[in-house]
Amino acid sequence: MSLDEFMADQIATDRADAVPRLRMQGVHKRFGATHALRGVDLTVDPGEVHALVGENGAGKSTLMKVLSGALAPNRGRMWLDGEPYLPAHPLHARRCGVAMIYQELSLAPHLSVMENVLLGVEPTRGPLIRWAEMRRRASRALKEIGLEDLRPETAVGRLSIAQQQMVEVARAVALDCRVLVLDEPTSSLAQTDTEKLFALIRRLKAKGRAIVYISHFLEEVRAISDRFTVLRDGVSVGRGVTAEAATEEIIAMMVGRKVDELYPRSSHVSGEVLLRLCNLAGAEGPLSASLQLHRGEVVGIAGLLGAGRTEMVRTVFGLDEVIDGTVTVGAYTGPASPAKRWRQSAGMVSEDRKNEGLAQGLSVADNITLPRLEGLGPWSLVVPSRQAAACLRWIERIPIRCRSALQPVRSLSGGNQQKVAIARLLHADVDLLLLDEPTRGIDVGSKVQIYRLIDELATGDPESERRPKAVLMISSYLPELLGICDRIAVMCRGRLGDARPVDQWNEHELMVAATGRD
Amino acid sequence: MAESRTPAALPDLQRKPPLWQTPWFNTLGRFAALIAVFVLFAVLVEKGKFYSVRNLESILRQSAVYATAALGMTLVIIAAGIDLSVGSMIALAAVMAAWTLNLNFAGAEGEMVYVIDQWPVMLPILAVAAALATGTAAGALNGCTIVYLRLVPFIVTLGTMGIFRGLAKGIAEDKSISPKDGAWVEDIMEPTLSGLATELGKPAEVRGDLSPYWTLLPPGVWMLIVAAVFAALLLRYTRFGRHVFAVGSNEETARLCGVPVARTKIIVYALAGFFAGLAGLMQFSFTKVGSSTTAISYELHVIAAVVIGGGSLRGGEGSIVGSLIGALVITVLSMGGQQAGWPKWVQEVVIGVIIIAAVALDQLRHRRLA
Repeated sequence: MSLDEFMADQIATDRADAVPRLRMQGVHKRFGATHALRGVDLTVDPGEVHALVGENGAGKSTLMKVLSGALAPNRGRMWLDGEPYLPAHPLHARRCGVAMIYQELSLAPHLSVMENVLLGVEPTRGPLIRWAEMRRRASRALKEIGLEDLRPETAVGRLSIAQQQMVEVARAVALDCRVLVLDEPTSSLAQTDTEKLFALIRRLKAKGRAIVYISHFLEEVRAISDRFTVLRDGVSVGRGVTAEAATEEIIAMMVGRKVDELYPRSSHVSGEVLLRLCNLAGAEGPLSASLQLHRGEVVGIAGLLGAGRTEMVRTVFGLDEVIDGTVTVGAYTGPASPAKRWRQSAGMVSEDRKNEGLAQGLSVADNITLPRLEGLGPWSLVVPSRQAAACLRWIERIPIRCRSALQPVRSLSGGNQQKVAIARLLHADVDLLLLDEPTRGIDVGSKVQIYRLIDELATGDPESERRPKAVLMISSYLPELLGICDRIAVMCRGRLGDARPVDQWNEHELMVAATGRD
Repeated sequence: MAESRTPAALPDLQRKPPLWQTPWFNTLGRFAALIAVFVLFAVLVEKGKFYSVRNLESILRQSAVYATAALGMTLVIIAAGIDLSVGSMIALAAVMAAWTLNLNFAGAEGEMVYVIDQWPVMLPILAVAAALATGTAAGALNGCTIVYLRLVPFIVTLGTMGIFRGLAKGIAEDKSISPKDGAWVEDIMEPTLSGLATELGKPAEVRGDLSPYWTLLPPGVWMLIVAAVFAALLLRYTRFGRHVFAVGSNEETARLCGVPVARTKIIVYALAGFFAGLAGLMQFSFTKVGSSTTAISYELHVIAAVVIGGGSLRGGEGSIVGSLIGALVITVLSMGGQQAGWPKWVQEVVIGVIIIAAVALDQLRHRRLA
């Protein structure tokens, strides 16, 4: 037993007289052959923020579905304030006082704030809605979370994402929840909004509500939580008091291995410049970006959400309009359409796998070959069997786990989908790879495979005469940037700073540069 | 190490998908449904009439107009669009063909001079070209409006549905044009197989000339077959075809991958117009007149044919063979209903139910797949 576990147990013993708000013990859940949860224990006290951390695929979402009544556990027991708790369906869970806020907001954009807050539990008199009562209750909930100035009549669709999330919290509060579960609540929030959300969470905590905070951003976990539980492969593998655990320790628990094995890095030899940005400004973002990227180099772009990193890459790739400055890709200077960029030997992986990155209904082969359908048959025809054969090479090399190249991308796991998006650049054999959050939301095994692939691409292979490539990689996950990049530049409020060698950075300096504090 | 962490739920790489999940089986299923509907009417309609050679050919001829237009609609629906103006385009093309064949002017002594009498070879060819060009131009107009004004296809084609119908009425001066001499354009939908069968049924002594029936099937049906093969190959074996699927499945992805999205869409609608023009020719040949009120509400039958054939209105899915089967199903239903003596209202209700059932079944299969 480590010191932290010991401490945690001590604290648990100290509180033994108080009944925990929520207790889960030995929860198992199977889906056919998949054993998604294999014994999870979780204890949350009133007035506590409890972080549930773990990589994607560790079973966090399944656990939360069990908690919210969307799934029934195969084994294990749960208690709410000492009473046995087994919700039959989500509404039942809500009535028991367990409220969930999912990553994807579940609001009706055309309805007003108050209608959304009381959706499903509208005060009625016979068939009629009691609007005055509805407004009163909604206002009370909004007031409790410090949103008095939000008019209950406003249509939710007109609010910002952050405000909409607050409305979701208000919905939970209006039902007088005992346990509030937040699933990756900051993934779509800007920094200032995150701080507001944290203030709100502290406020709810002070009123004695129990909060389960799911995240894999350890910085956040550190900032907001009192205790944490680590989930890995469906098992709760560790718990402790947040303030007393080192970040590396938590990571080690999450991934089940030492951190330095995660990031491969060979020595890269840099060649000619493949991407040159000169005071680039785009219609949607960045204000000014200057950068030189050489062959054989991996350059990382750090920064906060909304800093303009994605927009910079989109502008380079011709998806957004250039309004000032110049882009040079290889030997070509000036703006160009995505079709031209592919021909200039540049390729891009979108941050938004679902809506932009992949055609979910089409096959793996169709997705991989889409930018380069040439050479897949006689007379510039596209022969499906040749298409599939061309992809097999990448499916085996990366590797992508799929039944066949003709399987729809929709049915692959997130990690394998991402590998399909990257395989597309390999099939097109581009020299310049623009990767926007290439490892977002995928399991750690796939992450490691992608890190290795990026490293191999930048190294090249003299034996098979594969020339090194240039990789520009946006990421919000600082450890991976520090782990695999040769140089890192930070974007802050639309301006890109100098790209400095990775040994001149650390996480703290990157954060400072990203938030613009000097 | 990495492999050991991947969840055990991932499917075995070598495992073949079960038979009922293959595209093959899918098409076979639709074909079986068609046969089932056919057998139903073969039993219901008084003995033998429904599967006589004459009736079979009749079904083919009737379905050819829907099926030809459905080829274009398949492309449009795969590209996540919709074309409500197809019925109006058919009428416009039919009117254009008739108008061209009927070109005339007042001669020196005030008598009517018909161009067809002077150009008996050229004019019919011109008429065919006029119908096809009109259809293609109308379709291209749809495509350009959708792309450049950034409007929803539903709204644009709802508008052009009225515009094309109005133009057809304008050209026909609110009447129907019956050309003095329709030449061979009038004959492309003439029955041949039943004629041949009748002649062959006669004793050799009284047997008439077989040469008019050398095509075996009506030329219009052959045109449909050629067009269908062309469309199917286009979709399956060309870059354009793969681009149509990509644009329909996810337009953003297509753009990211350098697919010329605007051009692809315009070509898709123009092709839909071309096929509608071809269907218009067939419609003209059927009725022998260029009527501006022909083919009303055909768009619904054509869309229904594509949807029964597995086309998804969300885009990215659909097949030519499926749509052909869909067109046949629609025709067999309406002709069978008539011949079985069902009242009109029953026919309409049954067709409606079949469409919904077909799509519901499809969705069920999809959900199982996911």
